[in-house]
Amino acid sequence: MNRMSRFNVTAIALGFAFLYLPILLLIIYSFNESKLVTVWAGFSTKWYREVWNNQGLMDAAWVTIRVGLLAATVATVLGTLAALALTRFTKFRGRTLFSGMVYAPLVMPDVIIGLSLLLLFVAAGFDRGFWTITMAHITLTMCFVTVVVQSRLLSMDRSIEEAAMDLGATPLKTFLQVTLPVIAPAVVSGWMLAFTLSLDDLVIANFTSGPGATTLPMKIYSQVRLGVTPEINAVSTILVAIVATGVIIASVLTKRREVQRRRDEQAAFAQ
Amino acid sequence: MKSLGSIRRSFAPWNDSSAKPYISFKNVTKRFGDFTAVDDLSLDIYNREFFALLGASGCGKSTLLRMLAGFETPTSGQIILDGQDLSQTPPYRRPVNMMFQSYALFPHMTVEKNIGFGLKQDGMPKDQIAYRVAQMLKLVKLEKFASRKPHQLSGGQRQRVALARSLAKQPKVLLLDEPLGALDKKLREETQFELMDLQQDLGLTFVVVTHDQEEAMTMADRIAVMSAGKVVQVATPAEIYEAPNSRFVADFIGDVNIFDGNVVSSEGGKTQIAVSEDLTIVAEQNGSGPASGAAAFAIRPEKVRIAREAPANPGFNAVKGEIWDIGYLGDMTIYIVKLASGQTVRASRLNASRELENPIGYDEEVWVSFDDNAGVVLKD
Ligand SMILES: Nc1ncnc2c1ncn2[C@@H]1O[C@H](COP(=O)(O)OP(=O)(O)OP(=O)(O)O)[C@@H](O)[C@H]1O
Ligand SMILES: [Mg+2]
Repeated sequence: MNRMSRFNVTAIALGFAFLYLPILLLIIYSFNESKLVTVWAGFSTKWYREVWNNQGLMDAAWVTIRVGLLAATVATVLGTLAALALTRFTKFRGRTLFSGMVYAPLVMPDVIIGLSLLLLFVAAGFDRGFWTITMAHITLTMCFVTVVVQSRLLSMDRSIEEAAMDLGATPLKTFLQVTLPVIAPAVVSGWMLAFTLSLDDLVIANFTSGPGATTLPMKIYSQVRLGVTPEINAVSTILVAIVATGVIIASVLTKRREVQRRRDEQAAFAQ
Repeated sequence: MKSLGSIRRSFAPWNDSSAKPYISFKNVTKRFGDFTAVDDLSLDIYNREFFALLGASGCGKSTLLRMLAGFETPTSGQIILDGQDLSQTPPYRRPVNMMFQSYALFPHMTVEKNIGFGLKQDGMPKDQIAYRVAQMLKLVKLEKFASRKPHQLSGGQRQRVALARSLAKQPKVLLLDEPLGALDKKLREETQFELMDLQQDLGLTFVVVTHDQEEAMTMADRIAVMSAGKVVQVATPAEIYEAPNSRFVADFIGDVNIFDGNVVSSEGGKTQIAVSEDLTIVAEQNGSGPASGAAAFAIRPEKVRIAREAPANPGFNAVKGEIWDIGYLGDMTIYIVKLASGQTVRASRLNASRELENPIGYDEEVWVSFDDNAGVVLKD
């Protein structure tokens, strides 16, 4: 392998610094003893204890997680179905319109999605709260799941589904025994993407939430307006840790499967 | 026990006008957009027949099989199986199994699970599935690979899994799309004979697509030669080889010499064709030859004689030429002779003894000749 030139090393270091320095600062200051965010006064974990005891923050975290799990799951089911419809039934009436509409939320500004959903919920007379946020998040994240699953379906060999039917499996059995296991990795990553998006969202949640249902990003945002406290740093650090763990596990799993696969293939051709 | 050969020799339901075909394509057309992949095709296949579809790439062989299996719907026409119109039957209810050209193995299942998939769909008990799967693994010599996944197999091994999987259910009709393409020569020949045995033993109807004419000739009871979505000729391997009905078939199957000319007379069971100043062909009449006008005479290289001495009747079925090229193939030698008219003629000779005395060499003048029943007269 080529040794990296000094220019490359600098470029990479600068790039990483640009991306991760803010997060690093946030993590460091979450362990700050002092109540003043910008003055270092020694190591302490007391802000984590404070978070644990802060009922408001804990409630918000709980709402966020419930919304995330539910929205991601429903969005994954609907998104997968939409992807199937788009790739498998290529000739139904209104297909172009349907695919356009599925992808619209992908490019629509959050503010507009939020506002239109708010209008809808008000017009329909829904009580705003947990359920409206969840519905809004399903709308938002479904199209991402569709994109991820659709690309897997397109690259999948259609003839294995035909082979299953040829061997006597009904379309439903074919889907459950052949299609789903093959696209499972894409469905799982679609779910994770949906969950993260839901976890992240501030704008749409703001429009569609009501009294009694505050998500963590909303809570953090409202507290920050009163001044950043080390508590917020601690919550954020926990969030970063959760997301990072997820990403690391996912990539290790993929990597390991890839390595295993390559070894198997070599073994197969070596004989 | 009767030998396979004697069973096969006596099997000819297509000559029996009272025999009912098992599979019938009736004026089947399949269009993809404005491209016609199968063009008004009619074809009868009989029960227990080993039927081969032969044709160049893209001529519609796979499309024909896929319509029979139910993955494509004919644009027009009917497909009848065992007296029933198949148009309303979905693929999973047809008593037909297919081995796919792309193998189409289930990537997430082991070899065993792949082979047992169809049996499981039928609700067969587990121990019986295991027994049948073991049988199939033995047949395709993959016992050691039962618990591997498809991506852990080589191309030829995958092909054998696909074959085993399609055979496992022992369907009434088995469609095989290029079943042996990825196997090496030896395994290929072994598998050919095993397929033939299996088909006889189980009394199945096989429809096999192949590019390889030798394979088709070895295995099939009858061959359909296809071109551009149409069937050009359906006949036994020997008929296809000895009595092709068109220039296309003659050219497609094996080596052939074709002489173009004009019919000068057609009487007494003989057709005379003027080919060039120094050659007139006198050939026995056969079904497809024209009685006048342009005609072609096709003759296989092994039926062409070459000799130094002039034959009895020069000019008629005999012409002088010069050795242009010699190809030694071990079991036989191919001579390419250039005639005065510029045409080249291939003649092959069995190397029956190890040393030929005074062999014919390059640039020698020789006479090319043949018998009047050695070739066929074709339309143009
Ligand atoms: N789904 C499809 N859409 C459009 N054209 C198609 C489709 N399937 C097949 N064709 C066309 O129909 C023709 C016949 O295809 P088919 O697969 O039957 O050929 P084949 O005889 O099996 O060839 P090969 O020996 O290469 O497998 C080809 O020209 C192909 O491009
Ligand atoms: Mg094909």
